[in-house]
Amino acid sequence: MSFIKKSPWILHYDGSSCNGCDIEVLACLTPLYDVERFGVINTGNPKHADILLITGSVNEQNIPVVKQLYEQMADPKVVVAVGICANSGGIFAECYNVVGGVDKVIPVDVYVPGCAARPEAIIDGVVQGIGVLEEKRARAKKKIPAKQQNGV
Amino acid sequence: MGKRTVIPFGPQHPVLPEPIHLDLVLVDETVESAIPRIGYIHRGLEKLVEKKDFQQYTYVAERICGICSFMHGMGYCMAVESIFEADIPERAKFLRTIWAELSRLHSHLLWLGLMADAFGFESLFMQSWKLRELILDIFEETTGGRVIFSVCDIGGVRRDIDGATLNKIVNILTDMEKELREISHVFFNDHSVKLRTQGVGVLSKQAAFDLGAVGPMARASGIKLDMRCRGYAAYDRIKFKPIVETEGDSFARISVRIKELFQAISIIKQCVALIPEGDIKMKITGNPSGEHFTRLEQPRGEVVYYAKANGTKYLDRLRVRTPTFANVPALLETLKGCALADVPILILTIDPCISCTER
Repeated sequence: MSFIKKSPWILHYDGSSCNGCDIEVLACLTPLYDVERFGVINTGNPKHADILLITGSVNEQNIPVVKQLYEQMADPKVVVAVGICANSGGIFAECYNVVGGVDKVIPVDVYVPGCAARPEAIIDGVVQGIGVLEEKRARAKKKIPAKQQNGV
Repeated sequence: MGKRTVIPFGPQHPVLPEPIHLDLVLVDETVESAIPRIGYIHRGLEKLVEKKDFQQYTYVAERICGICSFMHGMGYCMAVESIFEADIPERAKFLRTIWAELSRLHSHLLWLGLMADAFGFESLFMQSWKLRELILDIFEETTGGRVIFSVCDIGGVRRDIDGATLNKIVNILTDMEKELREISHVFFNDHSVKLRTQGVGVLSKQAAFDLGAVGPMARASGIKLDMRCRGYAAYDRIKFKPIVETEGDSFARISVRIKELFQAISIIKQCVALIPEGDIKMKITGNPSGEHFTRLEQPRGEVVYYAKANGTKYLDRLRVRTPTFANVPALLETLKGCALADVPILILTIDPCISCTER
């Protein structure tokens, strides 16, 4: 990543997490970490967002919501799985109602570990996400079909 | 009579950190009724007692909710300790009380911030969350974690806080009190805050009682209901009175929570003054057998833990009745007749914690 062309806008969705990672995502926006000074905005509209932050292990009822949010986002887009539940199911992996990991539902680009993931780790994940975003944008310019691009 | 419209609210909505779905039935701009649909966070944690033994389940209980994580761990541990009929060391009780009140401070500050954000007061949101970071720093220094810190264990607590750190905590809180006064001055006296909250979402004392509201929601409507008065942990040796308001509107709920912030600071100071020396953990051997109910006061209200053990290391049943679940009927009542633009504020005034509710 040589330089960043655009500040990414973030869409955050809680895919059945315990809240711990969600409040840490919000803590990134507030004075101590304050990512808004870099132009990173937490938007509520999926069509405005570049990076989708998903927390939690995704339960049955959330699968269509997560898929729908992902499909609504404009290309190029990056998915960051925040917290161990979003990576692999974590402590909830054995529960009957969870699929165990966001990558079982939509393709994930960056995995952020931790329970709960620390704000520093989340910011690092988003910065890595920007790199992936730039790569995808470069590939889109070369007109590589969208299907390969998402790795689906 | 205007036209009837149904507006879906959520599950993904900017005001909600967590997904909940409400179908709002509107006549013009007025909400006639609201139909909730939950289940977006249901993981099936109660069933997990069959797969994790009662020691391991402490970690699961702490992850029922990330905001009042410590309180859930404490409630579960208290339920299992009661089955063992174990009387945990005094110092552990005081340490639990300190962490529980710190959790209350962090949770209420978080809520005040979200509430300010909901009525469009961005800088107040930032100020509240700035103060909250001080509490999280205390957590990090004393336990190593920021939001989920796994410090409660069956039989006591895992970590001790030494005298110097306790004094440091008191100093931090004393400084914080001044900044809190500034924030609360804005909440209590700002004209626009009053306009958005006074008289909005009124819940009468009778309605609050009939619908079984708990916590600040009930206390703002004039019901003197505070589980801390039952004297679990070290609360029986602390001097405090439940904070009660009578108006029952959103402003009263803000007022109850702000006063509880100062109360929590006073409780922590009393704990630091009274805390005895001694062990922080007692050894508990064998497997539990029997059943027990535990009730304790979370930042959002009363939480009930029911544990049933059968003499093996796996519990038979664990049931958690969380405060948000008890407050949802009261929320639906306050939504009736409000303006569509007030819906986010009303949803936030119960301090919803959906991951507690659905587990």
